[in-house]
Amino acid sequence: MMSELRHLIEPGDLTNEEMVELVDLGLEMYENPKKYAKVCEGKILASLFYEPSTRTKFSFDSAMLRLGGSLIGFADPNSTSDKKGESLADTIRVISYYADIAVMRHPKEGAPLLCAQYSEIPIINGGDGGHQHPTQTLTDLITIKKYKGTLENHVVAFQGDLKYGRTVHSLIKTLARFNTKKFILISPEELRLPSSLKRQLLDKYPHLVIEEVLHLEEVVDQIDVLYCTRIQKERFFNEEDYLKLKNSYILTLKSIENAKEDMIIMHPLPRVNEITYEVDDDKRAVYFDQSKLGVYVRMALITKLLGVDIDVRG
Amino acid sequence: MLEVNGIANGIVLDHMKAGLGLVVFNKLVDGKIDHPVVLLMNVSSQAMGKKDIIKIENTFDVDLNILGLIDENITVNIIKDGKLFEKQEVVIPKKLKGYIKCKNPRCISHFDNYVEPEFTLYSKDSLEYLCSFCDEITKYE
Repeated sequence: MMSELRHLIEPGDLTNEEMVELVDLGLEMYENPKKYAKVCEGKILASLFYEPSTRTKFSFDSAMLRLGGSLIGFADPNSTSDKKGESLADTIRVISYYADIAVMRHPKEGAPLLCAQYSEIPIINGGDGGHQHPTQTLTDLITIKKYKGTLENHVVAFQGDLKYGRTVHSLIKTLARFNTKKFILISPEELRLPSSLKRQLLDKYPHLVIEEVLHLEEVVDQIDVLYCTRIQKERFFNEEDYLKLKNSYILTLKSIENAKEDMIIMHPLPRVNEITYEVDDDKRAVYFDQSKLGVYVRMALITKLLGVDIDVRG
Repeated sequence: MLEVNGIANGIVLDHMKAGLGLVVFNKLVDGKIDHPVVLLMNVSSQAMGKKDIIKIENTFDVDLNILGLIDENITVNIIKDGKLFEKQEVVIPKKLKGYIKCKNPRCISHFDNYVEPEFTLYSKDSLEYLCSFCDEITKYE
């Protein structure tokens, strides 16, 4: 698998089998990290972050360092030739000579695909605008697999900003491929899942069950996986709209009192106020472990895209 | 009755619904072709009642994508030495480069000079295309 130059721009670039393989390898790396500590020695990851990021950038940096590789890159586009008006295509052509693999975050939707068209090294989309975030999806999948045992047949609810939430867009597209029993979409009218995405899902999977509600309490007892998201200030064109919606959903212990005992609460982080701190101690809250697991599934992804020999059992 | 001579070499776009001739002219011909062009409107047709026709002398280069987007029923006749040499089929294009702009204002296709917008046909009935870069659906109008 993945011997030719491959990129991960959107979840559709990986088959279901490849996703499961990455998730399983990530779990193996999580259990036995030392075995993989040198498999990327001599390899360089370029991390190209044109937009602020804490988790994704550090998660990738940590993943490469834990594999024994090295890093170059930037976290501030003001320090790059982007400011001089250089095309992304030119930037990536040159970076292809300096690194073996690159991860990029960009505010414009489709920017990583543009780079992939001009790159000689694998490009990983670390999030493009409100469009896609496929490695967060792998992070979400490894978390669901670890806590629920399987990726299939769950009732999955998404709550919060479903309009601009790229993590939601990537995950819902992916879980639709894994026989999800039902999707429940909990959002204010203004932040509903984009109609074009919903239409594409239903056109492709006519039997998919999607329910849209305004309040978690109406449906909380049905849910196996509750995926909360932040109302993202940076995606709004005006602050007034953001202020009106920013406190739409605040998850408390009371709001999950009728939830299943084995429901899991996920969040791509960062959290602002959409989950109160009291929920952190509930055994159903897995969002911090989710963040930790993300490092290991990204390690798995890097080794696979680089075609690194990871048969280290010896 | 108005008489228009046939052309010796070139193309004839036939079977356009009455009124579409001007649309095709504006999209395909206007300012882009430096050859004699005749636009005939409201010509009598047994099959259609009325139809429009465009004749372009001395060119064989016609953008079938544009024609397909405007009307799949248009017939393209290639004329050589005064005779019908070939009929070309017009279809709604499955892939589009250019012609439309992605309706998503955050799409990279609006910001980078290297990017030529690319689309895949999403709905033939409503002429909607899926942007290759951002997955937004945009209607051809």
